Amino acid sequence: MEDLLNAFFLMSNFVFVPAIAYGSQLALGAVGVTLVYGILRFSNFAHGDIMAFGTMVVILFTWLFQSYGINLGPLPTAILALPFGIIATAIFLLGSDKFVYKFYREKKAVPVTYLIASVGIMFVLNGIVRFIIGPNDQRFADGERFIIKAKAMKQYLGTAEGVSIKVSQGLTVITAVIVVMALFWFLNKTRTGKSMRAFSDNEDLALLSGISPDKVVSVTWILVAILATIAGTLYGLDKSFKPFTYFMLLLPIFASAIVGGLGNPLGAIAGGFVIAFSEIMITYPYKKFVAYIVPGDWKPDGLVQLLATDYKFAVSFIILVLVLLFKPTGIFAGKSV
Amino acid sequence: MSYLVGENMTGGYGAADILHGCNIIAEKGEIAVIVGPNGAGKSTAMKAIFGMLNIHTGSILLDGEDITTLSPQARVAKGMAFVPQTSNVFPTMSVEENLEMGAFLRRDDISKTMDEVFDLFPILKDKRSQNAGELSGGQRQQVAVGRALMTQPKVLMLDEPTAGVSPIVMDELFDNIIEVARTGITILMVEQNARQALNIADKGYVMVQGRNKFTDTGQVLLNNPEVRKSFLGG
Repeated sequence: MEDLLNAFFLMSNFVFVPAIAYGSQLALGAVGVTLVYGILRFSNFAHGDIMAFGTMVVILFTWLFQSYGINLGPLPTAILALPFGIIATAIFLLGSDKFVYKFYREKKAVPVTYLIASVGIMFVLNGIVRFIIGPNDQRFADGERFIIKAKAMKQYLGTAEGVSIKVSQGLTVITAVIVVMALFWFLNKTRTGKSMRAFSDNEDLALLSGISPDKVVSVTWILVAILATIAGTLYGLDKSFKPFTYFMLLLPIFASAIVGGLGNPLGAIAGGFVIAFSEIMITYPYKKFVAYIVPGDWKPDGLVQLLATDYKFAVSFIILVLVLLFKPTGIFAGKSV
Repeated sequence: MSYLVGENMTGGYGAADILHGCNIIAEKGEIAVIVGPNGAGKSTAMKAIFGMLNIHTGSILLDGEDITTLSPQARVAKGMAFVPQTSNVFPTMSVEENLEMGAFLRRDDISKTMDEVFDLFPILKDKRSQNAGELSGGQRQQVAVGRALMTQPKVLMLDEPTAGVSPIVMDELFDNIIEVARTGITILMVEQNARQALNIADKGYVMVQGRNKFTDTGQVLLNNPEVRKSFLGG
């Protein structure tokens, strides 16, 4: 019995808790991608670097606040810096729309043109972020580190395994829930939100109904700025900030959005958790877990690991390919790619 | 003074002109129907009146005001409503949300207008929370017309409203159109079901190759032997 409890704690500590946190971060990123695809009708390849840009501004302001001695007690100071990151990102995105995407909208370009333009913006952002903050790892988390410590839990319960939950992980989940609830309220209950759904559904009819396309585009970019900056900051607080890592996040984020059904925010959230859990569960070495569950002489010699952790991104890639082959519209039947 | 006037309209989608000096006139509260063979320019004429097509010659007048240079959205603000033939609802939004989007430009209380639309199309009231994309073809047409009526327009333009609709629903739809006209809204309609459409029309326009061929009341056109031979099958 105690072995099963230990096995459960082990899985929670190394799989469930990290996967829920990572899934929330991917979910927020994927919702940003899916909104752009559904409303602006193109795949935004710059999304990972938009997250990097937003997080970079948050980090700079966090350092500024830390140098002034401002802090939030047990919570990370980065929370105070978030609004600044969001505003800076929003300005950049609205600017990129005015100087890049608008040009192609007026020419009525095909979606793939916007995709290539977004790759260009990705490279520009790549350069800007590295130029300002450098290509290396940056840590900016402060305040309390843990909500529950595995060691403390082990001592308290007398078990061999414990679960630790970091402040950043708890913060991620709570923030993600709040942001998602706010987004759904906005899309379903407000006039502007409904007009954006209408625009995504049937653009010509939306225009005929008097919905202003400029306003829809601007609000979409502002939402993307909010979602990307929050997702990037939460990821950076949880792990660390490195521009290259954020660029690499593009793959699991797109996989999440496509698995859930492009254009469907609920799907993006579900997709985020599917990808996160898959990545972690497929690359987790189950040796210790199996050892707790099976009788003594069946204990495994090897690591019982399906794929090495180096191959985490391969998991997202394989899932992406499988979904595109067998159910391209995703779980919630969004628009086909 | 005629209420809606499209006079001497000449233009097309690109280099070639589709309309040649076309005239369409409708009085207030009248039902005007445009019929003709395929490719006659019926939908083109209506799109020109709505501003979805640029005419290089001719003008459009609404209640005496020249609206030729206005965009379609601006014409909606002036009191025109247009129901396209296809893709005329928001499929992932509920019936009620579709009607709300129809009234997007209005800032006042729209619940009274929504009740009027539900009185006109009672089945929509039952299905108000259902997604418009899940409704049958005839019900979707009702949502499309209801959406257009939410702006309380002065002119309602319908592009082949009975396309792909069963005969019984078609009769119901025409009854509803007559009811709408009775409230004082001018109706301009393009129709393939020429016989039934001309039956309810105050004014009928038969177009051939972008030009007016016959213009008269619906009943006169129905009894005209040439019209009957060409489009009504004798």
